[in-house]
Amino acid sequence: MAEASYPEDLKYHAEHDWARIDGDQATFGITWYAQDALGEVVFFDPPEVGTQVSKDQAYAEVESVKAVSDVFAPLSGEIVEVNEALADSPENINADPYGDGWMVKVRLSDTSEVDALMDVAAYRELL
Amino acid sequence: MPVQYESIRAEHVQVRTGAGMFDVSHMGQIETSGPDAEGFLQRLLSNDVTRLAEGGAQYSVLCRQDGGVLDDLFTYRLAGGRFLTVTNAANHHRDLAWFRDQAESVDVEVHDAHDDWAMLAVQGPAARAALASIASGELPPRMRSAELRLAGVPTLVCGTGYTGEDGCELLLAPDGAGAVWDALLERGVRPAGLGARDTLRLEACFHLYGNDLSEDRNPIEAGLGWCCKLDTGFVGAEALAEVEPDQQLVPFAFTGPGIPRRENPVAAPHGPGVVTSGTLSPCLEIGIGMAYVPVADAEPGTPIEVDVRGKARPAEVREKPLFGHERRARPGAQ
Repeated sequence: MAEASYPEDLKYHAEHDWARIDGDQATFGITWYAQDALGEVVFFDPPEVGTQVSKDQAYAEVESVKAVSDVFAPLSGEIVEVNEALADSPENINADPYGDGWMVKVRLSDTSEVDALMDVAAYRELL
Repeated sequence: MPVQYESIRAEHVQVRTGAGMFDVSHMGQIETSGPDAEGFLQRLLSNDVTRLAEGGAQYSVLCRQDGGVLDDLFTYRLAGGRFLTVTNAANHHRDLAWFRDQAESVDVEVHDAHDDWAMLAVQGPAARAALASIASGELPPRMRSAELRLAGVPTLVCGTGYTGEDGCELLLAPDGAGAVWDALLERGVRPAGLGARDTLRLEACFHLYGNDLSEDRNPIEAGLGWCCKLDTGFVGAEALAEVEPDQQLVPFAFTGPGIPRRENPVAAPHGPGVVTSGTLSPCLEIGIGMAYVPVADAEPGTPIEVDVRGKARPAEVREKPLFGHERRARPGAQ
């Protein structure tokens, strides 16, 4: 997407990742800023369902033509679903980072970690 | 030159299907002239410079005494017994010092011409038509050069390139480059950046110095034996005559997901190797690269594995070029 956008309903991590919280589950992805800095994403290497991810730790890789970047988990938990469509359409990460570009769904192990994430105003301050 | 103007992939496809232009003015030039210029270059450059005619272009490597590669170069023989050698930007000063060291007690003048020239590479199936529409005369064929006016600007037009596509490279005075760039832009030639330059050259299997070539590698293992004419007695020839390489540089493509990157370890049937260049091919949409592998594993079709940050990615050795159009001359062939 051409225009920067940061939805109000998401929580943000300083490594430019977002989390959409739904009870004890959350969906993760990377922000508009992250996909813009990366350039055209040409490959997404997902983790496997069942993998444990830890807050602030890398859980996947995204690659543009020129470079590879780690994707960091904003929260801890177990991966319950990965966005399989990104294997064939990694460009969705650029086109729709908060929608079709979502990466994984995670069952959270500690919902109190959410309190440490930024709201949209705090994240915008960081940029 | 920026990495990209808009998009590496779009710029790559533009060069494969239309015409793109690269501002490669960062590349260096060394002008060599004087009575002994030909003999001097014959001693420095690996190719047979006596076979380079006026108005011609020739690829060669510059070697140390032990055969290690200092640079890979294009040399043009101009009118009046002058030679223009194009250097890689990062090597320019070292090349120049090497030329000057070797020039002592030889009747030649070695001139650092980097500031004299801007350089544009205009490449793609539509490149020649765009260039012809602003040229004062006929464009040179492949591996030849011609002194023409482009949009009124005196230009050395060379039938060379680094993309595997047809096209020309232009050497011209820096203050004229803007006018030529703008004239080409008006004729539909689109700017392309360093990112596309790298993906295009890798699909075409052209070497990049610092990745695929270095002082620690000799031109034989790099697959450049064809431009090393050992009987000319160039610096390094004696060492290269003794070389029996253990490894060879080969193109490869992934047979599954992933993107190879420089320095990824390779597991080949007869031993380890290493990736020297890797990317996602915008035309093939698979991971491609070049790697040094054991000589016994250099045959196209040989299965190899590339360790991409801990994941073993299946790949196979391929023919050169990884992507190209059959009607075109094979890169490097003369």
